[in-house]
Amino acid sequence: MSILRSLAHRDRVFDFLVPAASPVDVRHGPILYLEDVTVSFDGFKAINNLNLTIDDGELRCIIGPNGAGKTTMMDIITGKTRPDTGSVWFGSRHDLLSMNEPEIASLGIGRKFQKPTVFEALTVFENLELAMAADKRILPTLTARMTGEIRDRIEEVLVAIGLTEMRGRPAGILSHGQKQWLEIGMLLMQRPRLLLVDEPVAGMTEQEMERTAELLTGLAGKQSVVVVEHDMGFVRSIARKVTVLHQGSVLAEGSMDQVASDPRVVEVYLGAEAEEETV
Amino acid sequence: MDSSRLWLLRPFGERSTLIFLGVLLAAMTLVTLLHVAVPPGHPLYVSAYTVNLFGKYLSYALLAVAVDLVWGYLGILSLGHGAFFALGGYAMGMYLMRQIGDRGVYGHPVLPDFMVFLNWDSLPWYWLGFDMAWFAFLMVLLVPGALALVFGFLAFRSRVTGVYLSIITQALTFALMLAFFRNEMGFGGNNGLTDFREILGFNLRSSDTRLGLFLATGVALALSYVLCRAIVTSKLGRVCVATRDAEARTRFLGYRVERFQLFVFVVSAMLAGLAGALYVPQVGIINPSEFSPLFSIEIVLWVALGGRATLYGAVIGAILVNYAKTVFTGAMPDAWLFALGGLFVLVTVFLPKGVAGLLALRLRRRRNGNGSPSVKEAAA
Amino acid sequence: MRYPPMLGPASAGVRVGTAAAGNERASETRGSWLLVLLLALALALGLTQAAPAVAQSEPNGDDEVANELLEALDVASFPAKGEAIEAIVLSEDPRARDWLQALLDGRLQRTDEGRFVVVLDNTGREWPVQDALSGEPLGEMSRRDLDRIGINNALRNQLRSAIAVVDLYSSDLALRRASAERLLGEVDADLAEPLAAVIEEEPDARVRERLMQALAIHRLEQGEIEAVADLRGSLHPRVRVALSRAANGDEPLVADAAREALNSVEQMLKVNRVVETLYFGLSLGSVLVLAAIGLAITFGVMGVINMAHGELIMLGAYTTWAMQQLLPGQPGLALILAIPAGFMVAALAGVAIERGVIQFLKGRPLETLLATFGISLILQQLVRTAISPLNRTVITPEWMSGSIAINDALSLTLNRMYVLGFALVVFASLMLIMRRTRLGLEVRAVTQNRAMARSMGIRATRVDIMTFALGSGVAGLAGVALSQLTNVGPNLGQNYIIDSFMVVVFGGVGNLWGTLVAGLSLGVINQVLEPWAGAVMAKIIVLVFIILFIQKRPRGLFPQKGRAAEG
Repeated sequence: MSILRSLAHRDRVFDFLVPAASPVDVRHGPILYLEDVTVSFDGFKAINNLNLTIDDGELRCIIGPNGAGKTTMMDIITGKTRPDTGSVWFGSRHDLLSMNEPEIASLGIGRKFQKPTVFEALTVFENLELAMAADKRILPTLTARMTGEIRDRIEEVLVAIGLTEMRGRPAGILSHGQKQWLEIGMLLMQRPRLLLVDEPVAGMTEQEMERTAELLTGLAGKQSVVVVEHDMGFVRSIARKVTVLHQGSVLAEGSMDQVASDPRVVEVYLGAEAEEETV
Repeated sequence: MDSSRLWLLRPFGERSTLIFLGVLLAAMTLVTLLHVAVPPGHPLYVSAYTVNLFGKYLSYALLAVAVDLVWGYLGILSLGHGAFFALGGYAMGMYLMRQIGDRGVYGHPVLPDFMVFLNWDSLPWYWLGFDMAWFAFLMVLLVPGALALVFGFLAFRSRVTGVYLSIITQALTFALMLAFFRNEMGFGGNNGLTDFREILGFNLRSSDTRLGLFLATGVALALSYVLCRAIVTSKLGRVCVATRDAEARTRFLGYRVERFQLFVFVVSAMLAGLAGALYVPQVGIINPSEFSPLFSIEIVLWVALGGRATLYGAVIGAILVNYAKTVFTGAMPDAWLFALGGLFVLVTVFLPKGVAGLLALRLRRRRNGNGSPSVKEAAA
Repeated sequence: MRYPPMLGPASAGVRVGTAAAGNERASETRGSWLLVLLLALALALGLTQAAPAVAQSEPNGDDEVANELLEALDVASFPAKGEAIEAIVLSEDPRARDWLQALLDGRLQRTDEGRFVVVLDNTGREWPVQDALSGEPLGEMSRRDLDRIGINNALRNQLRSAIAVVDLYSSDLALRRASAERLLGEVDADLAEPLAAVIEEEPDARVRERLMQALAIHRLEQGEIEAVADLRGSLHPRVRVALSRAANGDEPLVADAAREALNSVEQMLKVNRVVETLYFGLSLGSVLVLAAIGLAITFGVMGVINMAHGELIMLGAYTTWAMQQLLPGQPGLALILAIPAGFMVAALAGVAIERGVIQFLKGRPLETLLATFGISLILQQLVRTAISPLNRTVITPEWMSGSIAINDALSLTLNRMYVLGFALVVFASLMLIMRRTRLGLEVRAVTQNRAMARSMGIRATRVDIMTFALGSGVAGLAGVALSQLTNVGPNLGQNYIIDSFMVVVFGGVGNLWGTLVAGLSLGVINQVLEPWAGAVMAKIIVLVFIILFIQKRPRGLFPQKGRAAEG
């Protein structure tokens, strides 16, 4: 717990949180840049002329009602879905639309899925081992050896995500919240420049949510973090800048207070949410 | 898990591998002793016929290990591994055909009998070189490997997985079967390749050669088993399991999943080819029926019965089913297909982890929860 | 062959030539002489017990002439027989056709007592016969008591033409058509002129056209260049033979014209071949669609791999066979009853498979595949043990056999036509069920979101059973249809399972339209490839094509799009 508490100290940086050397060129400002992106499934425009800019080191929250296109946007950034039109740039040098998932991943974009996806047949330790930044070609993987250095790094992350006790157990037996944490731990092992985090606190207890909030805010500054979340309380606790998506495009952008007072946003999203909250 | 520096030697640090190798070695020694040292007529005597039969089982076991490697650890249910097996077999068969020389029925110095029969005047280009053992033995690995490489490259690149992949692998072996049935292909058509005489100068009909082939198959099985164990216990093996259970997630971690799939698929195809090459001289014939979809799917049953993702389970399954087949087809041939069909249903519905799963369960009970359940066996 | 001029029923005075008349007289005299001789011979041999029979049917005046006509046939010399045939044609006797036909078939015979009889059935030892003159049945006679009036090949040809000529005067349109057909290429100088007159009188356009062509072939042989115009556009093989002979002939002008006409015929034949390939392709395609569409429901809609689908098809085919065994002599009725019966049998078997095995393997597609494969082995072996390992014969009812002639060189077989129509009807009904019924709605709901559908009160288990019953039942229907095209045996289903999967995968899983388009186009592709690649190679090429296609478009021709499809 002491280590977790220390995460809140902005002046201290764990070495596993230091981004790996990455070729991303961010001298010209944003680390992620989406322009006029449109994608449609059978005529339904899931993303419609979306423009979005994420600055280096920023922590951005993205909210929006169901079907606003949040997950599809993540799919586009990570190369899972190809847009019909538009361009997506990572830094000013890398055109993400010309790459596949592993290439994008090795550039330093990590993703946590909406539904926690861990390798259930592998142990917690092995899950982290696979996630670790390393040479991921076939032969180096085949001949890879477990060194003390690697072991130490994995142990550090295990401590950070509170799963040290579980390191030898198959990930399949973890609770929902533990799986969320394991996935965050895998992101940490990857040392990405940009983290895409889809609903990180779903199924977590109040306490776990706090820990997650601390962890994510601790990452910001060194790494860029994009969080998609439904839980307004959680967003309020971590957000500096919020983007509201609606029907596949940006409806509003700004601080939580600005956004919350935008009448359009209140109408399409917060209104409904507010009603729910008051019930 | 990493006691050894050399990844290939890592399996020797595992208890399960040592037990497997020990049992295999003991069985091979026992069969050899009972064949050589016991006089014929004695109740314990193992005849050359039986040695031959065991050799056949061992080559099937090797084939099952190859299938388990892709199905158990990579989640790719190949219904076409019989094709790789048959291709390896044909490569070996071509070598054995060339060894007949001018002792065929027609006495042609170069052409095999069926080509003389078809009025061909020269060897097709793809038969060239098969008179040399080293070339033929290389082809045993390279031909199935090349087919797997091309097919797998196309399939994995376009992310054909799951049942789709199963069905097109089945279509692949079906198409090959139709092709090999054609006389124009130059592989003996319907009758295939047969009437072999000798291998590397040893008479195929002598019981010593048969014992030698049996032992060679056992050694090949042992080496392949160690190779497969080395693969599945490496980090690459863990990437495979990760791919099997959550392919998309593995991609987002930066692994080029399709290359890993291709690598393991090709290795598996080569092992299947090796199994086919060891099988052919022992049964004395290779024909297109080895390409039949039924055979390929039967291999999968061996693995399912023995237990997926254990490797030793595949060996147990192959030997059990084939022993049953020998007994059944001798005693009541009509019942065999009923039994086989019933096995498919029973194993999938009631025994999803196979015989190996039962063994592991019993072991664990005996240890009375002492120690955590093995990770690999927790894999569904 | 020479023909005497003759009198048509309506023709006035086409008689020419006294030589022919003389001929007639000559044969008459010879005939009567022969009669005397034969009678004398019979009496001399003392065959008196036959006499009463002869006396009983004492020929009247007309019959006397007729008897003489027949007597003229019973000579040793073949040329003389030829003349006697001509005389019979000339006589315009209404029985002439029967005599000539009987003579051609070797059934015109003579009893020991010299009476002319027509043998009705010349199989076995005792032959039923009837009197050639009176047509009165005479019971059975031993073949040893009968003498056949022999003919040779030249006479056989002459007889065919003679029968054709006689038929031309018949009032029966079908006979006239058949006779015109037969005359094609058989017309010679003697026949040409009377034929021209017959054409004028012929009321039926088709007969007229045929006779014109028959005449034109003769004219072409005579070197008339105008005849080519009359032959142009005909696809009849004999016309083509005549044209190509002319094209290789000595007269350059005629040869050129003939060659040019031949080219246009070749063009039309090419069109014919395309139509024929298309028809066979669509027919094969309809079989594929029938076999695959049930699979498209169980695999596409439910995501269940049923390797025993082929055996459900086999059950449908065996149901047809069983129905015909139950209703001997009524193959048509049995076939129609087999449609609902085959559906029910296969549907029940399908439900048994679903309840007995598949429901326990939900969410494990690969295990489902293996288990249902086991079931397919059991079903095959069951049929082998319970019925027979050999193929069973299913009878094609009369209304389904035969073919429709589109033109001289192209006819389409009826049974394939029926199967094609049947496939389309089955497809349309399935579309209706999926689009317009409550079941279809529920099936689609469960397919898209099982949990949501359940929470809305749809009983997913019931929907599963119904869907599986529907898909399996359709497989049974495919079996009923297949029984009309191929052998019904234990391996019937096995031969279709891979093809069916290919069709579903090619068309796009979960898309019935895709299955239709994929099935039909694969059928056509197969038939297009067959002529130059051979049947086996064509099949291999199609398989390889699909394997490559799936790699290019893993979700088939008509993929489902969207997040849900990414799975």
